[in-house]
Amino acid sequence: MNAMIQFLNDQGTTLLYKTWEHLFISITAVLLGIIVAVPLGVALTRFKKAAETVIRIVSVIQTLPSLAILAFFIPILGVGKLPAIIALFCYSMLPILRNTYISIKNTDQNLLEAGRGMGMTSWQLIYKIELPLAVPVIMAGIRISTVYLIGWATLASFVGAGGLGDFIFDGLNLYMPELILAGAIPSTILALLADWTLGLLERKLTPTTTSKQSELA
Amino acid sequence: MLTFKNVSKVYGKTKKAVNSLNLNINKGEFICIIGPSGCGKTTTMKMINRLIEPSEGHILIEGKDIMDQPKVKLRRDIGYVIQQIGLFPHMTIGENITLVPKLLQWPKEKRKARAEELIELVHLSKDYLDRYPQELSGGQQQRIGVLRALASNPPLILMDEPFGALDPITRDGLQEEFKDLQQRLGKTIVFVTHDMDEAIKLADRIVIMRDGEIVQVDTPDEILRNPANEFVENFIGKDRLIQTKPGVTKVGQIMNKVPATIHKEETLSTAIKQMKEKRVDSLLVIDHEHHLEGYIDVEDIEQNRKKSTTVSEIVETELYKVKENSLIRDTIQKMLKRHTKYVPVVDENNKLKGIVTRATLADLVYDSIWGEEESEEELTTLQ
Ligand SMILES: Nc1ncnc2c1ncn2[C@@H]1O[C@H](COP(=O)(O)OP(=O)(O)OP(=O)(O)O)[C@@H](O)[C@H]1O
Ligand SMILES: [Mg+2]
Repeated sequence: MNAMIQFLNDQGTTLLYKTWEHLFISITAVLLGIIVAVPLGVALTRFKKAAETVIRIVSVIQTLPSLAILAFFIPILGVGKLPAIIALFCYSMLPILRNTYISIKNTDQNLLEAGRGMGMTSWQLIYKIELPLAVPVIMAGIRISTVYLIGWATLASFVGAGGLGDFIFDGLNLYMPELILAGAIPSTILALLADWTLGLLERKLTPTTTSKQSELA
Repeated sequence: MLTFKNVSKVYGKTKKAVNSLNLNINKGEFICIIGPSGCGKTTTMKMINRLIEPSEGHILIEGKDIMDQPKVKLRRDIGYVIQQIGLFPHMTIGENITLVPKLLQWPKEKRKARAEELIELVHLSKDYLDRYPQELSGGQQQRIGVLRALASNPPLILMDEPFGALDPITRDGLQEEFKDLQQRLGKTIVFVTHDMDEAIKLADRIVIMRDGEIVQVDTPDEILRNPANEFVENFIGKDRLIQTKPGVTKVGQIMNKVPATIHKEETLSTAIKQMKEKRVDSLLVIDHEHHLEGYIDVEDIEQNRKKSTTVSEIVETELYKVKENSLIRDTIQKMLKRHTKYVPVVDENNKLKGIVTRATLADLVYDSIWGEEESEEELTTLQ
């Protein structure tokens, strides 16, 4: 307990700063992942032949060891936040892409037929019907991605991107377990908080399908 | 208003689903397309709103080739109802109904008014507009499906087995309701079904298809009387052919044209005198223009003799009525089911035209039993 207070006194500001860095890296990577993977997932449902191949490639990326990917980007992008974000972005893709693709592909065909028959354009079908109905599944993918990424972002320290990983690596190098904990615990808390916030967001975004009346009943 | 000219559809390279189809559909006509599974009914129908593109030939709506119009615009001008209903679960009933008006960018107020106007057509209260599809029964959902197709008031509506997934009683009710609606609104309907009873009940003309070709196009009456060939005969079914007589007899042909009536402003004592004179226990209540208001029966008069004086005070307005062109067969079934003693017959404006009573039915049954035997005797003597 004393050790902890001592640590916070000495390193409180550093801890806050590292936490912020950590969050920045992971959130930027996830946002990039969403921006790329959601439209890509929707697009793939329109090109089913390409879909299998693309998803397989993305799955392969997922299986590469994270350190290897990070190392791979150093010669191209140097060190710092950029290669870390790009590497993490690669990891964020798969769950979001796969969930988007599957949920859009499984949209009730009758709804699409009805929509098309009533004269909705392809765009209207996507943003009025397919996406709203796919929100819960896509959000599940985003939640998984975010939680993983916050964990993996500790490795970003390896390419000099900062974040809570700095504590962990220092701890390993200097053989100071409390430093390892100072990195690991906040990162776990961040992951839990992120999951919880996204859960709230998911509930907000999921379209209603029952009226208030019957919720009460 | 709708014309098929040598329309064919080939799937892949060889599968001819529809073969050189020619058909002319008039404005306000109710057309049922019927035929065995896989004969090309759905394909024929979906070519009209270009959900399926014809491989050959032309389809014209009001003289304009559908291929010359943008798909999306074409579809917004044609109502469309599918068997699986397909209401959007994340939109309220109101939003579902006014989807096409929204696509057409009607202002919000106009859409709301339209939704309220429409929901009344199917006897549901306005509260339903704020509910979601999953909170409605199957029958209610398909009512909404039909309203959704009517929303922007398109002259032409396509329906692919819309009542196919409903239970028989719900289906029966909806068919009646819809036929009534169609006649009032003067819509042209192309209705795919595989249920001959449904086709006979609803259609002005039935299109019978087989292997992508039309076998016969005619009124239900004509098809039952003169099936074009053995295929049609088998398709209609022997039992229907035999019961053709009552099957296609319309209420108008056998109803009693002088029902016992009373004017709504008459007094109860006049009413009771009338009943005694005509030897009946109830009277149909009408107004000056001969519109049907309801009925009164002797028990009502008895109970209210002290409190009320005129007929209009105690008239019962809830009653089952039919039109002159309703099938007598359906009417009989309904009377038996509802245990009613009679059914008044009215026109579109609710003017009283006649009455079908159980006595009328006795005449009919008498005819069909003894009538049949007589003709059989004739046959024997001829042989
Ligand atoms: N997309 C398609 N590709 C290839 N063949 C098709 C396609 N759609 C329909 N067919 C074939 O074309 C024929 C006509 O099909 P259609 O759906 O019009 O029949 P239908 O009369 O509506 O049958 P049902 O009563 O079963 O609904 C069938 O033999 C069917 O197998
Ligand atoms: Mg079909």
